[in-house]
Amino acid sequence: MNRFSYIQSNTVAEALDEVVPNDGSKFIAGGTNLIDLMRANVERPAHIIDITHLDLHTIKEMEDGGLQLGALVKNADTAYNEKVQSRYPLLAKAILAGASPQLRNMATDGGNLLQRTRCYYFYDSATPCNKRSPGEGCSAIEGYNRIHAIFGTSDHCIATHPSDMCVALAALSAKVHVTNKEGKREIPFSEFHRLPGDTPHIDSNLKPGELITAIELPVNNFHRHYQYIKVRDRRSYAFALVSVAAALELENNVIKSARIALGGVAHKPWRNLEAESFLSGKPTDESVFKIVADMILKDAKGFKYNSFKIELAKRTIVRALTEAKNRTASEPLDCYTYNRHEKT
Amino acid sequence: MKEVIEKTTHAPATNTVVKAGQLIQVHLTINEKKYVLELEPWTSILDALREHLDLIGTKKGCDHGQCGACTILVDGKRIKSCLTLAVMYQHVPIITIEGLAEGDKLHPLQQAFIDHDAFQCGYCTPGQICSAIGMMNEGRAKTKDDVHELMSGNLCRCGAYNNIFAAIEEVMKKEGKEKI
Repeated sequence: MNRFSYIQSNTVAEALDEVVPNDGSKFIAGGTNLIDLMRANVERPAHIIDITHLDLHTIKEMEDGGLQLGALVKNADTAYNEKVQSRYPLLAKAILAGASPQLRNMATDGGNLLQRTRCYYFYDSATPCNKRSPGEGCSAIEGYNRIHAIFGTSDHCIATHPSDMCVALAALSAKVHVTNKEGKREIPFSEFHRLPGDTPHIDSNLKPGELITAIELPVNNFHRHYQYIKVRDRRSYAFALVSVAAALELENNVIKSARIALGGVAHKPWRNLEAESFLSGKPTDESVFKIVADMILKDAKGFKYNSFKIELAKRTIVRALTEAKNRTASEPLDCYTYNRHEKT
Repeated sequence: MKEVIEKTTHAPATNTVVKAGQLIQVHLTINEKKYVLELEPWTSILDALREHLDLIGTKKGCDHGQCGACTILVDGKRIKSCLTLAVMYQHVPIITIEGLAEGDKLHPLQQAFIDHDAFQCGYCTPGQICSAIGMMNEGRAKTKDDVHELMSGNLCRCGAYNNIFAAIEEVMKKEGKEKI
């Protein structure tokens, strides 16, 4: 691990004052991804700003019934929060599909958004990687690319975003509240992460020196018919090959509105608004779900080892929508684990 | 067991910038004892325990948060001590495997691991035990499948999983909280 200077900040203003843009400053909260990447010599911050004492640890209720997740709320506390489970069970379920209990006790909601790709070549500093060292080239495009992206890839990078939580946040059209020295702004979730293009070293549209303060969950009617399905090589504690967050608002078995977000397939959680609006007014038939799956995957482009993801994603979309439709009761709050509900 | 270590120190407190290479004064509360250490800011809790306090029960497996051998309890919650900076965990109660027994009386889970032969090489055992205690504190596990899922952050390369599960199951049943 490289040598760095360290300070503990006690307010958002203090933390922002510590940052000199582009000087290698990094905020640290849960540390589960940053410290790991520092051990691998991928991240080499010159200055670490400890933000864990900032007043961003609460889940607030909005006047209209939405929720605002403080950036420093732990992933586990978010997933097991009663209001999150009753209003946004899709989010609780997605969080519990990720990482391990120890990591969920450490990792924060703001930090979850900023976790970096799990591309093998990004982690392996002996191989070229445009995300790690711009201009070096991409080892994955011609390499072993089984876990890589099928949407939105570029000639420079085919990495995926590894988060489960973010797939649900994308489906729920969350907003990210950020603060910088000039003031505050809100970023719609669909615009928070970016595609690699020719600058794959930039993961998100968060500007240098900006701090995530909260994640806003707008009111919706997706708490009854939802499903998060994560397909992976092991049953637990592995990153997604493909994951699908699906949510339906139904009226007499007709779809009023639908949300579908995919994980493990792109540099950001993947939504297709055209396919979602196609579902409005349609019956909840498997044939309809299959058409939507084909619509979403029509732009997919596989590489040597990951073309299987195209069919896998289609089947997972159909299954997630079917299980969302069939859900009749909310899931129990006190024994909420991902695999338990996968079977029901 | 070491007593409170008090050193005359000129190491800076954490609200001033600690320069790279400079030692930092870190106050840790481990197994109900207070320690004041002078550490480099990149020292993990795991390294502070093993290299500075001779508390070597907590094991370093992967040092990347993947294996769970370094699991400890902070404020009663299980975390991976390798993915931490010790300086960020000051003045909070930390419990390690050394802090579970009461004198010569083993913690029920320690005894259950012996009774069920829940290890072969034993390297993952301190992490497994701390993780299982954390899981029981959380109170979310109600079924066998729940326990399997919620213990998935602890790997055992000897493959003692069945006996580990049996040990945990016995303690959960004895405590009467669970119906697995």
